[in-house]
Amino acid sequence: MTTTHDHGHEHGHDHDHTPPPDHDGPWSDFQYMEAALRELLIEKDILTADEIRAQLERMDAISPAMGAKVVARAWTDPAYKERLLADGTAATRELGIEIEPTHLVVVENTAEVHNMVVCTLCSCYPRNLLGLPPDWYKSASYRGRAVREPRAVLREFGTELSDDIALRVHDSTADMRYMVLPRRPERTEGLSESELAELVHRDAMVGVTVVQGP
Amino acid sequence: MTAKYQPGERVRVRTDRPSGHCRTPHYCRGHVGEVERICGDFRNPETLAYALDGLPKQPLYRVRFSQADLWPDYDGPKTDTLDIEIYEHWLEPPA
Repeated sequence: MTTTHDHGHEHGHDHDHTPPPDHDGPWSDFQYMEAALRELLIEKDILTADEIRAQLERMDAISPAMGAKVVARAWTDPAYKERLLADGTAATRELGIEIEPTHLVVVENTAEVHNMVVCTLCSCYPRNLLGLPPDWYKSASYRGRAVREPRAVLREFGTELSDDIALRVHDSTADMRYMVLPRRPERTEGLSESELAELVHRDAMVGVTVVQGP
Repeated sequence: MTAKYQPGERVRVRTDRPSGHCRTPHYCRGHVGEVERICGDFRNPETLAYALDGLPKQPLYRVRFSQADLWPDYDGPKTDTLDIEIYEHWLEPPA
C-alpha cells in the first residue's frame, strides 16, 4: 500500500474504505485474571477506575528519554557520575526520577568492561526509569541466551565485542534494577548535555548496543 | 540483620531444590562465586509470593561468577562474568 499511495486521494479506481475489523484474539487466562482483579478492586472501593487509568497514564509517560537525561548528566558532570555509580536510586531522584520501591544499580561501560542486563526469571526492568521493557527483553530466547551465550546475542544486536573487553552480564533476579551507563562516544566534546541525551537510546542502557557519535 | 559475608568473600550457592517460588536460578546452584556487594536487607520472596509477610528480612548480595565456571563450554574470554542477586539463606561457605 505505501508504495502506491503517492497518488493523492483522487482515486480513479475502486477500493474498499471500510476500516479493517479489530483483531482482538480470544483472551488469555492472564487477561481474564487482570480484568477480574481490576473489577473487584473497583467494586470493593479499594481503587477507582480513574485511579487505575491515571496510573497507566503515568507509566506510559515514562520513556527511555528519562534514562538518556541521566546518562548525559553523568557524561558531563563527573561528581554526578560518582554519585550515580555509588547510589543510583538517590542520584536519579536528584533529577526528579523516583525509582523506589525498587533500587537502581548503575553499571559503567569502560574501555575494559562492557555490561549487559537480563532477567532470566521474568522480566525485571527499570520501568520507573526507562518505561516498559521491549518485547525481546521478555522473550524466553533473550532471557536464556543472554546468560548462556551473551557474546552471540550481542552480535545479533550488531554489537561486536573484542576479546580484550570483559563482558559482565547482570541477571536482575531480585530487588535491584539495572541501568548501563554507556561510554560517551568520541568527538562529542562540543555537544551540550541535551544534545548528548539525544544520542542515547534505550538498548544502549540495557547494554545490548553502544552509543554512536553524531 | 548483619550480613554474614563481606564483599570479596567466596561463597557457594546451595544446591537445594525446594518446591514453590524462589528467585535463585538453577544455573548458579552449587557454583562458587565472589560477593560483589551487599545490597541491604529485603523481605524473603519465598514467603512473600504466598501473601505472607516475608519476614525476617534477609541480607541480599550480588554474587559474581566466572562464566567459564558456570558453563563448561563457555566460548568467551576468561574475564567474562555474571552477577546475580542471591539472598543470604541460599549461600554457604565454599567447601
